[in-house]
Amino acid sequence: MILASVELIGVFRWLYGLLVELGLEEPWLSVVIYGLLSVTIFGVLCLIALFLVWWERKIAGHMQQRFGPMRNGWHGWYQTVMDALKLLQKEDIRVDTRDRAVFFWAPVICFVAAFLAYIVIPFGDGLIVADLNIGILYVIAITTFTVISLLMAGWGSNNKYALLGGMRSAAQVVSYEVPMVASILTVIVFSGSLSMVDISNSQQGNFIFNWFIFRPPFGIIAFLTYITAATAEANRTPFDIPEAEQELVAGYNIEYSGMKFAMFFLAEFVNMFTVSAIATTLFLGGWHGPLLPSWLWFIIKTLAIVLLLMIFRWTFPRLRVDQLMEFAWKFLVPLTFANLILAGWMKYAGWYW
Amino acid sequence: MSKLKTQEFMVNMGPHHPSTHGVCRLMLTLDGEKVVKIVPVIGYLHRAIEKICENRTYAQCIPLLDRFEYVTSMSCEYVFADAVEKLAAIEVPERAQYLRVIMLELNRIASHLIFFGTTVMDIGALTPFLYGLRERELIMDLFEMTCGQRLTYNYITIGGVSHDIPPEFIPKCREAVKIIREKLKDYEGLFNENPIWLARTKNIGVLSAETAVAYGVSGPILRASGIKYDIRKNEPYGIYDRFDFNIPTYTHGDAYDRYMVRLDEIRESLKIITQALDGLPEGDIRKKVNPFTFKPPAGEIYNRIENSRGEMGVYLVSDGTTKPTRLKLRGGSYNHLQVLPHVAVGGLVADLVAIFATFDIIMPEVDR
Repeated sequence: MILASVELIGVFRWLYGLLVELGLEEPWLSVVIYGLLSVTIFGVLCLIALFLVWWERKIAGHMQQRFGPMRNGWHGWYQTVMDALKLLQKEDIRVDTRDRAVFFWAPVICFVAAFLAYIVIPFGDGLIVADLNIGILYVIAITTFTVISLLMAGWGSNNKYALLGGMRSAAQVVSYEVPMVASILTVIVFSGSLSMVDISNSQQGNFIFNWFIFRPPFGIIAFLTYITAATAEANRTPFDIPEAEQELVAGYNIEYSGMKFAMFFLAEFVNMFTVSAIATTLFLGGWHGPLLPSWLWFIIKTLAIVLLLMIFRWTFPRLRVDQLMEFAWKFLVPLTFANLILAGWMKYAGWYW
Repeated sequence: MSKLKTQEFMVNMGPHHPSTHGVCRLMLTLDGEKVVKIVPVIGYLHRAIEKICENRTYAQCIPLLDRFEYVTSMSCEYVFADAVEKLAAIEVPERAQYLRVIMLELNRIASHLIFFGTTVMDIGALTPFLYGLRERELIMDLFEMTCGQRLTYNYITIGGVSHDIPPEFIPKCREAVKIIREKLKDYEGLFNENPIWLARTKNIGVLSAETAVAYGVSGPILRASGIKYDIRKNEPYGIYDRFDFNIPTYTHGDAYDRYMVRLDEIRESLKIITQALDGLPEGDIRKKVNPFTFKPPAGEIYNRIENSRGEMGVYLVSDGTTKPTRLKLRGGSYNHLQVLPHVAVGGLVADLVAIFATFDIIMPEVDR
């Protein structure tokens, strides 16, 4: 049975039983179940993205001695919902000189790529769509897709600022992919598996001290380098040069309006959540933790990292494009590789528990 | 691969670009990210203030001059009123002199706080902008308390000042001085040793002392390049010779030094304000001058003061009637915009933004 590899949580298991009882057979059974799963994941992530936009605005507001959104509901809780509705109604302005196909597909690819990674992210004990045995590799491959969409947006808009933004993001994301993967590899050395579930499980027990972040010094170094690279991957300050407002006005999405812009915007926040969720899985023990239910642990840890990224954004100035490259290639790459090699050697020598 | 060609391309930075602070348009020629050529295009904010003033009485000129450089309106008022007073040999009462100094220095601080906010924002840190404006708010409140206005004051008039300060001004002002002095430490803690900030500003946009002098650069930019020149000290006007303050000077002339000079100047201005508050005498605030029939004797005068952006001057020709025959304004930003291509060519776009920000150019002063 195809579904054997899929961990189904309560409601889906119940639904699965119901469908079998109703006499639904393969392949339709799988189609219905997977369809429902994708819709659920998509809905949850849209909610998370909307929440993150609101949260970011609140945090920015409070850091800046103001309130942030206050009008819609308690502390403006449905402000972003209204914003999204507004963007839906807006006219879709398209430049005449655009590259039609490229301009159209760029936000779609960006949006889809942002959501695809969630197939292998374990939100809790058994809360995973598909536990691929190459899980983390799949995530790395899929998240890199985003850069194609940014390049496409930059090129398709036929705007110089957008082109500069697209080129910058391509250079940046490709550069930071290297240290990011090297720091992820350190974790893979620890756990001996690429599967997200296995990685989480190998950090189980011993209160919280089995988390990979508590394996000095390599775990901590890998975590810090991963967070740095992830900030760059998610295009956030101090590495937000692709959309540096004061230099490029808006960067690659300058010509986009209405829902197409909203797709870029939401994808950005979903990406931020993705990198934080991966950090949680790899370094902070995934869903494992004492007392609280597993999914709550996962959300708490992920939001903690998201909070860290938000505080970064509202505190630091922005690096220059060449300094950014220098930082990646001359500092992060050697550091992460040295870290990886030493961690592998320690593991081989059996000095790690 | 030999078929691949690279090409320089032109970008219009402005007039609606977020980091040109108004309506400056820079025609940039870029080679990838590198700036090859900069041509500033000015005139988007030309309002013919000089010409309109020729049809106004002297007292009516002052509200117009408020708009000349609206971030430090007090200076614009002062430089004109002082010129007219010198021309007509009007003795300004002692209390008015002190009030003028307090207002000028408060306004200088407000301007430098805006500089701090917008500069760090242009370099990517969005939050401190709000901090800068928060402290500026204290000063705006003081102005509002005194003359009812927050931006264009019409406060310094010919012969004195328009309103006396209310009794709660002095304690409020002392408190503001204290708060700003405290908060300056926060700013410095956030940026002065921040590696990202240092990477973005150290050795960026170096303006040598020779170039600065050749282009007529003045004010904090000149002092950042290592020339100790401040009209308040070198050619004291008003009662500035009575106060004890230093002229902060740096040597490299890079973006970092220009930023540091201004933060230090805020401290010096706070010192002056404290001294002026201590020495504030009682008495008249204005020598009576009839705004409709006031006629200075025929003659001409060039008067200049140290504004927060450099030398601000006014050239005034009077033919003995109630209206000026000719009024010519000099703003520091005009020269600073001229020297900008000299400094920023060869750097990256991001450097250009940092340099433009630390030059603190304000467009109404350029276009008038």
